Amino acid sequence: MIIAVIALGLLAGASGLLLGFAAIRFKVEGDPMVQQIDSVLPQTQCGQCGYAGCRPYAEAIAAGEADINLCPPGGQNGITALAELLGRDPKSLDPASGIEKPKMAAVIDEQRCIGCTLCIQACPVDAIIGAAKHMHTVLVGECTGCELCLAPCPVDCIQMVPFAPTVTTWKWTYPVVEVKAAA
Amino acid sequence: MSALFPFHGGLKTVRHKTESNQTRIWTAMLPPRLTVPLRQHIGAIAKPLVQPGDRVLKGQMIGQPDGYISAAIHAPTSGIVSAVDPQPVAHPSGLADLCVTIESDGEDRWINRQPVNYPHLHPSELRNVIRNAGVVGLGGAAFPSAVKLNPSGRSERLDTLILNGAECEPWITCDDRLMRERAADIVAGLQIMAYLLGPYEVMIGIEDDKPEAIAAMSAACVRTGYMVCPIPTRYPSGSVKQLVRLLTGKEIPVDGLPVDVGVQCFNVATAYTVHRAVNFGEPVISRIITVTGQVHGPGNFEVLIGTPFAALIAQCGGYREGVERLILGGPMMGFALHSDDAPVTKAANCLLAVGPAELAPELPVLPCIRCGACMDVCPADLLPQQLYWHARAKEFDQARDCHLFSCIECGCCSVVCPSHIPLVQYYRYAKNEIWALEKEKQRAEQARQRHQARMERLEREKQEREAKLRQKAPRVEVVASSGKQEG
Repeated sequence: MIIAVIALGLLAGASGLLLGFAAIRFKVEGDPMVQQIDSVLPQTQCGQCGYAGCRPYAEAIAAGEADINLCPPGGQNGITALAELLGRDPKSLDPASGIEKPKMAAVIDEQRCIGCTLCIQACPVDAIIGAAKHMHTVLVGECTGCELCLAPCPVDCIQMVPFAPTVTTWKWTYPVVEVKAAA
Repeated sequence: MSALFPFHGGLKTVRHKTESNQTRIWTAMLPPRLTVPLRQHIGAIAKPLVQPGDRVLKGQMIGQPDGYISAAIHAPTSGIVSAVDPQPVAHPSGLADLCVTIESDGEDRWINRQPVNYPHLHPSELRNVIRNAGVVGLGGAAFPSAVKLNPSGRSERLDTLILNGAECEPWITCDDRLMRERAADIVAGLQIMAYLLGPYEVMIGIEDDKPEAIAAMSAACVRTGYMVCPIPTRYPSGSVKQLVRLLTGKEIPVDGLPVDVGVQCFNVATAYTVHRAVNFGEPVISRIITVTGQVHGPGNFEVLIGTPFAALIAQCGGYREGVERLILGGPMMGFALHSDDAPVTKAANCLLAVGPAELAPELPVLPCIRCGACMDVCPADLLPQQLYWHARAKEFDQARDCHLFSCIECGCCSVVCPSHIPLVQYYRYAKNEIWALEKEKQRAEQARQRHQARMERLEREKQEREAKLRQKAPRVEVVASSGKQEG
């Protein structure tokens, strides 16, 4: 009886020490769940979900404060990916946060730009270059299509232009075949 | 003659070679206008060096390679540049790409050609000569050859240099005619390649339905030590992985290149252009193309890059009646052109006009019956049926796990499928989607980093402002308090 108690006690103590050591030695910085959710989000940083960017939205999802269907740029595919990651049922996009659109980039009409720098301050990824009273222009390769630059522009000289397919971005389409039932 | 190592699967196809391989290579006429695409190769598009209005000479560089994996583009004839803008190119989408349009002056005047005595050159200088001549793989992939001719980064010597004269697709005979008529030139090019790569052995693989080409190449290879290896006529023996397996017995790893198993492989036409580039100073401005099928006078033509396909067809006496489609490449791996206005590029090896007789009748697609015929013919040892299920269900991760990217899109599975399922279309779709998703991921990652950098910058600027304010704090306080009193 006593031997058993001592043996189990020692075992429990040793395991406790081991676990305690492991908790310190292999400590994970940050919330890995947030990082995983963040990597699924499209990083448009548009704020349509009601949070300040993709990372805050990921934090809210991880904390259970936000639903997974608030991200219009991610679209239905994004929601499915989130559902898969979190083991939840996929939903349709919440129309309150916006609608899914094709990928677009902002283009500044350089004739009309007055060089006010308001769009530069609004751009979440620093994709607009220019200086006060000088023409601004968008780095198309960096633009995420968040549309945050549209509202501040006092002369409405920014337009969203969808990406036209080129020979390098063109894709073979899903084969459309009529599958007939075998006779 | 070494033993062969047959690959799995493959097909016996109806050859259709005699339609075009009975006559010598004709020189195509100089068209009044040439449209030269700046992207004729795998890699970055060439940077245009000319502007509208410029006068160019035949062989003058008009597109500069942009980066290591890129190729130079040259003016195919002398004349005046009339435009540098997007024009329809030979692409399955029918979309436009940046081209240089040259109005020919009819003189066909060369630039000053400078042949080089290559044994006196440093290998890297010789590679530069080849690079600046715009040499790319002419078998169809159009990969810049200078990159493949660089053995650096590898400590061991190359085991085998393979010259690909298999030409396994039906209808195509341009390599066949080239080997018959210009075997000595091909071997001269091969010698330059062997000089750069220093392989232990050199093999030339030619399908055994081309006895004349085999004889001509064997005669040209006398006293060089190069082995001409007749290989069984079985599609797709001309595909790199299959040819390497066939000749050496080596398997190229899933994500690897031939060079990973000590083999390098070039097309016979590429060796020919290397010879022209080094020993004659002529860049790649023309190629030999088979024009066959439902045209009045099928044959092989040495044609300037940038010649519209329509001009080439006209020279063959035009289309026969009932042509339904114009295919670029062979019937197995080629694609239908949207229009015959598109220009000839370095990768264009065959122009096939097909009528109802050549087109497989459009049979209704039936459900897969899991017969496994596709698996039996797959030369890449894949499970085409499994790939089909995953691609159809858009399960891209699973498709990738089934080695989707080892698929060479040879089309054997589609041909044998008793349910007429367009299998290769599904694989192409899945590959394109995976690439697009990957690009999207990269863009997202870039945006994330830029956003983070911006947040850090804003934070830093805020702190700097506060620090400055604190420095000035005493004075500011006085001003502030006096202001308050006044208010």
